[in-house]
Amino acid sequence: MTYSFIISREDWSLHRKGEVDQHRHREKVREAIKKNLADIVSEESIILSDGQRVVKVPIRSLEQYRFRYDFRKQKHTGQGDGKSKVGDILGSDPGQQAPGKGPGAGEDPGHDYYEADVTIDEIEQIVFEDLSLPNLEEKKNKKLASESVEFRDVRKIGIQSNVDRKRTILEVLKRNALKGKPGIHGITPEDLRYKTWEVVPKFESSAVVLAMMDTSGSMGPFEKYIARSFFFWMVRFLRTKYQNVEIVFLAHHTEAKEVSEEEFFTKGESGGTRCSSVYQLALDLINARYPKDDYNIYAFHFSDGDNLTSDNEKCIQLIDQLLSKCSLVGYGEIEGPYYYTSTLNSFFKKLNHSRFLSVTIRDKSGVYPALKAFFKKPDQEGG
Amino acid sequence: MRDQITEEIRQLEEAIPKMIEIARGFNLDFYPMRFEICPGDIIYTFGAYGMPTRYTHWSFGKNYHRMKTQYDYNLSRIYEMVINSDPCYAFLLEGNTIIQNKMVSAHVLAHCDFFKNNVYFSSTNPKDIIESMAVAAERIRQYELIHGQQRVESFIDTVMSVQEHIEPHRMIKQKDPRDQEKKEKVCCSGNDKGTPYDDLWNLEKSAPSCNCQGNCARKKKTLPQQPEKDLLLFIMENAKGLEEWQLDILSTLRDEMIYFWPQMQTKIMNEGWATYWHLRIMREMDLDEAEVIEFAKMNAGVILPSRNSINPYYLGLKMFEDIEKRWDQEYGAGAGREKIFEIREIDNDASFLRNYLTKELVEELDLYLYRKIGHDWKIVEKNWEKVRDHLVSSMTNCGIPVIMVEDGDYDLRGELYLKNIFENRELDIKYLEKTLIHVYNLWNRPVHLETKIDNKPALFSFDGEKGNRKFL
Repeated sequence: MTYSFIISREDWSLHRKGEVDQHRHREKVREAIKKNLADIVSEESIILSDGQRVVKVPIRSLEQYRFRYDFRKQKHTGQGDGKSKVGDILGSDPGQQAPGKGPGAGEDPGHDYYEADVTIDEIEQIVFEDLSLPNLEEKKNKKLASESVEFRDVRKIGIQSNVDRKRTILEVLKRNALKGKPGIHGITPEDLRYKTWEVVPKFESSAVVLAMMDTSGSMGPFEKYIARSFFFWMVRFLRTKYQNVEIVFLAHHTEAKEVSEEEFFTKGESGGTRCSSVYQLALDLINARYPKDDYNIYAFHFSDGDNLTSDNEKCIQLIDQLLSKCSLVGYGEIEGPYYYTSTLNSFFKKLNHSRFLSVTIRDKSGVYPALKAFFKKPDQEGG
Repeated sequence: MRDQITEEIRQLEEAIPKMIEIARGFNLDFYPMRFEICPGDIIYTFGAYGMPTRYTHWSFGKNYHRMKTQYDYNLSRIYEMVINSDPCYAFLLEGNTIIQNKMVSAHVLAHCDFFKNNVYFSSTNPKDIIESMAVAAERIRQYELIHGQQRVESFIDTVMSVQEHIEPHRMIKQKDPRDQEKKEKVCCSGNDKGTPYDDLWNLEKSAPSCNCQGNCARKKKTLPQQPEKDLLLFIMENAKGLEEWQLDILSTLRDEMIYFWPQMQTKIMNEGWATYWHLRIMREMDLDEAEVIEFAKMNAGVILPSRNSINPYYLGLKMFEDIEKRWDQEYGAGAGREKIFEIREIDNDASFLRNYLTKELVEELDLYLYRKIGHDWKIVEKNWEKVRDHLVSSMTNCGIPVIMVEDGDYDLRGELYLKNIFENRELDIKYLEKTLIHVYNLWNRPVHLETKIDNKPALFSFDGEKGNRKFL
């Protein structure tokens, strides 16, 4: 009896279907990130990523919705080792305890959004795309470098549009002369020369950024989180896009002091608030270390605006002085749950200066707009 | 590499006829077999798409990426992929050892027997499914060229959101609504159909003897006449403003779902059956000691139970073995084998568990129910009947909520009224509201869905701009 069967092995190397659709999915993830930057920028998994390079970003628009039962409200079936009994705990929800312990962490369909694995680099790229240091002026002391492209080299291989005509003709002349028939005729592929570029740091200027944060008692966990998210991205942005930009971290409550980067991002203090203290410290630092002729100076201050009322007038005076030295002074006010109207920001409304900017952040999604407001690209200002 | 693969194929060519003979000896009845050895990413592609020739969509790419990542990190491994087709295609993973391939081949022979003989598969079209999916994929590709990728893609997104709402059991003949209509034609309501000139044909007929004053016209108009489970079909037949290509995509996705549905509703049986038989076929093969150990290890991996879910391979296998034993004891040797063949022909997972999962087995397998209490997932039930009943209800309609079309002209405004047949399990409200938007995009008029929240009837609506919810 013969059996009907075939065993074969085809060449599958051109079968790209999965890859193609995976690519499309990737594209959609990128689009979704772009659309949701405001949410993603303040995502805890990123701010607290701790050097971890891949983060999970919640993306709502890529969820495939359908009618389904509420996963969390129902029972599920499992199988024990023979000794299970009612009341045994299989695991706890991730987030409450160490992740990975809950049943099916990761396969849990109860998540209400799709989480994409994205590297921080990828997100940075998208976030930083339209940010830059505004009002950057040329200064005497040139330390600040941004990347620029210079055509410095000539090679035999290159892009057609970069053909170096002069050198190509020279090669033709040389070759023909060697053959005893001087003149420009018959360009061969070997004659072609191409201009090639190098990416070089271009020293145009120098800059210092003063990061000032209110760490007083009224700054609750939410307010601190917002301020730190902003500075987190600011620091990353400055370090990625500009070499040698100096960043000075200043923390204050009723008194201000210069702190290390680590302290700035981790330490919380208590006490009242006197914003003028940090402005005074900033001014002192500028006078002592960062002369206006040598530096573009940027000062950013985040607070909940709950300042001592008697101090507000002084703040305005100091801001005025700062403005005479700085390329930009930015003030971000975080509206917490105890928001009231006579905040510092309402006083700052009196200030009318093109290089003074203030933003109000009400929730996490306000961090990205704040970044965009403070680090506006010059070409966007007109439009 | 080449030599190794040639050797692999040679060994398989030797082993497979033997296995086929053994399987035939056991009365397994399958289609002609096509074994194809292919690399991991190809198997994972097929796994993600469910079919080698399926249309292209980003969500398949997402599945593929997830499966492939798990494979690359060695977290999981598919040894094979088998397709319900005639001839039956089985894809074996390149790099499987010969013994793995033997086990997998035995496994797929039993799957194929199941495809061919289980009654729920009788409405699938194994002879031409591969071709018809390929042709559909090509048509959809053409639509992308004509209407733009974005438009086609987002329409597929929309259809996919409700693609599970079909009536897979069309083999149970339904009353043809047109018969009904014909009977009622004599009544005045016949006049409102067709062109304005139709009445010219009826001049000689006497006026309808009906004094309903138009009432029966209104009555007959109720659409659907009976609540309709097949939402996709209902939309195809009644939605306004869908273009030809959109209707084609709707009907394509519906056909594919009808094809896949039997596999979804017989997962435990199908895997249990295949595991039951690969064990028995392998026992008949001449294996040396090392091979026996390797086989045992691999088999143990396949039937490894899980604390958080049911392993269909294990539960199915145990149930078939249990049934065989019980029937043998009661009706004499051989009766058990006969019984399980009967079951593989006439049952699906829900009926299989309802009829054959016993107290002893639930206790032996230590099955339990668990749920979330506070932040913990806790075991809450070990009573065998409760466990069984829960399993059965979670298999009902493949675990997908039943949504019926109640009215296609709700409030006489052409709105769509859907009703969730409530079975003591609440719907995911967020998902419900988002899916309703998709339904609106198909129906192009306001849509409503009635369900229960906290045991009170509630109505969710979407009118094209905003959603609304209220208790009824």
